[in-house]
Amino acid sequence: MAMLEFIPQLGRRALQTVPGLGAASRFLLSSLLSVFNRHFSFQQLFRQIYGFGVRSLILMVVAAFFTGMVLGFQGYYALVRFGATSALGTLIALSLLRELGPVLTALLFAGRAGSALTAEISSMKATEQLSAMEMMAVNPLAWVVAPRIWAGIISVPILCAIFDLVGIFGGYLISVPVLGVDGGTFWAQMQSNVTFSGDILTGLFKALCFGVVVTWIAAWKGYTARPTAEGVGNATTLSVVTASLTVLGLDFILTALLFS
Amino acid sequence: METRAIDWWVGIFVLLGIAALVVLALRVGNLSGFAYDSGYVLHADFTNVGSLKTRSPVKIGGVTIGEVTHIGMNPKTYMANVTMRIEPSIKLPIDTGASIYTQGLLGEQYIAIQPGGMPQNLKSGATITMTQGAVNIDQMIGQMVFSKAAGSSKSSGSQ
Repeated sequence: MAMLEFIPQLGRRALQTVPGLGAASRFLLSSLLSVFNRHFSFQQLFRQIYGFGVRSLILMVVAAFFTGMVLGFQGYYALVRFGATSALGTLIALSLLRELGPVLTALLFAGRAGSALTAEISSMKATEQLSAMEMMAVNPLAWVVAPRIWAGIISVPILCAIFDLVGIFGGYLISVPVLGVDGGTFWAQMQSNVTFSGDILTGLFKALCFGVVVTWIAAWKGYTARPTAEGVGNATTLSVVTASLTVLGLDFILTALLFS
Repeated sequence: METRAIDWWVGIFVLLGIAALVVLALRVGNLSGFAYDSGYVLHADFTNVGSLKTRSPVKIGGVTIGEVTHIGMNPKTYMANVTMRIEPSIKLPIDTGASIYTQGLLGEQYIAIQPGGMPQNLKSGATITMTQGAVNIDQMIGQMVFSKAAGSSKSSGSQ
């Protein structure tokens, strides 16, 4: 009996998901394109970059510093058995630039800024502020959503570049003064194995993709939240969970595409 | 918060991002051209450079004093021609030698400089004549196995 209920439920789910994805894509595209709308305000965009980017900076710097230091310890432990500690700089730099930098930045961003974005938009919806804007012929996509999505897209790669740099510095502090790896070898090996376009820019491209995905999911979850107190809470939780899982899945696909 | 203050903070944020990218490019990536830009140039011909690459270090007694800037082929002698840039404060006598060694068993290859004792120094653009190329481990193992086999067949023949 349970089986018989399961099958139509699966179909119902699929029928909900596919048009939902279409609507979400239309939502993203019209938000991105509404930079040309007269209700789009650069002042709002700057305000959001301040909220998302500048105020996430301390979180990112601390997280990056500790990530780099742990990488230094852990990499040293693995490499010292083979007498290959000269590769520690390369290990730290490549791990951070290719994977950990973009992914951790995106995950922290989803928790720090994505949740706030969803809560803000969904509570605006619950208190009918979005409907009020439409009544006043103000496009809520251009006035509320677009500056937030663009702010996310701009902020995440910048945060990622800072994350990479601070992380490598943290790894350096553990490797060279604490564990006694030769400083010259550390940088020289790193420089001879890290390429600007292949590793640094590709990592930042990943961060850009994650920035789009995280803010898109956060804004869409907020925009489609049920307009109740419970709906706001659910949307916020769901936004962080969905964004984090999507970032991890997308990272696998991007890594397979970019670094294979 | 005041709009002007926000503009300032966002400006600083964007500048920080650009600065981070520049430092990554120059210090972490291999885009830095100015590491030994002020140094002078030396050449050396080797029979075999192994897996030496541009930007490989040039060392004296384990201390890096320069880097390889170009590896080419001398069409007349069929020798590999290595161009390197040396820190200007390091003056090398004209009877200086250069060899290619490997850092550890699996490490990267580098040029080791053995300074000579002559009073005259090498000038920029000069060529180091006393060189020893990279050791080919495959070849060495081959020779060892071959000499061992030859030795054992000789001893078995005398019995």
